[in-house]
Amino acid sequence: MLSRSFFLKILSGALIFGAWEFAGRTGVNYALPTFLESMKALIDMTISGLIFKAYADTLRPLVVGVLISAFIGIGIGVWVGLSEKFDWLISPIFIIMQAAPLAALIPLLIMAYGIGLTSKVFVVCIMAMPVIVLNTSVAVKNTPSSVKEMARSFLGSRKDVILKIIIPSASPVIFAGLRLGVSAGFIGAILAELKITPTGVGDIISYSRMTADYPSMYAAIFSIILLAVIFLNILEKIEDVLFKGNNQGYIS
Amino acid sequence: MSNDQVENAVTVKNVYKNYGDVEALRDLSLEFPKGQLTSLLGPSGCGKTTLLKIIAGLLPATQGEVLVNGQQVNKPGPDRAFVFQDFALMPWASVIRNVAFGLELRGVNKSERESIAIKYIKDVGLTGFEHSYPHELSGGMRQRVGLARALSVDSPVLLMDEPFSAVDEQTRRKFQEDLLNLVKNENKTFIFVTHSIEEAVYVSDQVALLLPRPSRVSEIIKPSSFKNKDINSIRKDSEYLDTVERIWKSLRSYVE
Repeated sequence: MLSRSFFLKILSGALIFGAWEFAGRTGVNYALPTFLESMKALIDMTISGLIFKAYADTLRPLVVGVLISAFIGIGIGVWVGLSEKFDWLISPIFIIMQAAPLAALIPLLIMAYGIGLTSKVFVVCIMAMPVIVLNTSVAVKNTPSSVKEMARSFLGSRKDVILKIIIPSASPVIFAGLRLGVSAGFIGAILAELKITPTGVGDIISYSRMTADYPSMYAAIFSIILLAVIFLNILEKIEDVLFKGNNQGYIS
Repeated sequence: MSNDQVENAVTVKNVYKNYGDVEALRDLSLEFPKGQLTSLLGPSGCGKTTLLKIIAGLLPATQGEVLVNGQQVNKPGPDRAFVFQDFALMPWASVIRNVAFGLELRGVNKSERESIAIKYIKDVGLTGFEHSYPHELSGGMRQRVGLARALSVDSPVLLMDEPFSAVDEQTRRKFQEDLLNLVKNENKTFIFVTHSIEEAVYVSDQVALLLPRPSRVSEIIKPSSFKNKDINSIRKDSEYLDTVERIWKSLRSYVE
């Protein structure tokens, strides 16, 4: 079965990249390079080391922002899920954060925090945190009450109930939120580089657009998507290992 | 056997329970003799699960008291263990961790609690499934895990909330037979909630018939003559059949 799903993945990739190559060759748009041209640009960038330098810049706000969002987001989410009052107080902030058009808020962030790392981290957090908080709180609220009762009846303390029941029970949905949050964080990191100061991958994208070096531009975009996909897959694997019985669709 | 000489493991005295304006239990008193199985039987909405959860200490009574071995209780304690209708297993934990969970919460160290768990997993007939996860088990096997978990903490009182209602009929009959043996062999007091008349009469030393609106104990029935008979002949016993019939007559007016 593994080989079958692997085959389907390859097929799906071949279809998309084939369509890309086809569209590039038939000249749908002068700004669309072919897939192979883009890959060649990517290889060139890799050999020259440009891409690594770019990622060194891009990953800094991304990693910092995602880590902050994950830790604070899950913490706040658990708290919101446990306390109705806190839910009232906090949830609206994150719902607004999620709904607000971030690009329009960036000038405000620049005025408040300048054009450095802080603003970029903020952009990543604004993108990543709401979905993590909201998913976590929903998951915590939906912990089956009979399992919580079970822990209480076997003399579990409030702390036991939270650590041994609520968190593991909520973890699949927390992880789903984390995955969404991380992918939103990737969007945020690139957005920050395009809107605040061009550094890293965002710099490659905007610079090669200005010089009409479209293969490089697409190569940079492709690389960030690739990185995001790899990272999300790793996260999924971690989840599978951590919570073995949880992903089997068993509802008590 | 005179009732006065039997010591009570659990005594419920004048318990009231209100949910807002809804009166779930009104002035309910009931005694649960030690070493026996008492069923709480009644139609839905008669408050039998509410009563069981009050005894478990999971729900506070609005008024009245619950005594376990003479001590008043108002929260869960080591003297009572609970078997849940929907099993309440942790899907992320293996059978052995689920069974040992009560001991884990009591701070028993890992090797000790696992060796105890292995014994009870064997007792309920799940040897070989120690490292399976709940989703890999059938409904009946899941409830065996729930039962093993309750037995492993070795509480003198076992509270069972419709434990067999979510398993299929064949498994349920097997469970009922196993339960009779358990009552005979373990020196424990069982409080058993059910809505099945046959099940209540079959497994119980004492059936408390609860009626709704307002909830009260309408009758206590102590089937006796077939208790010492062979398990296989109970369902044909005339007292068994008469008792089932009598309970049904009392209950039928409450069933719309």
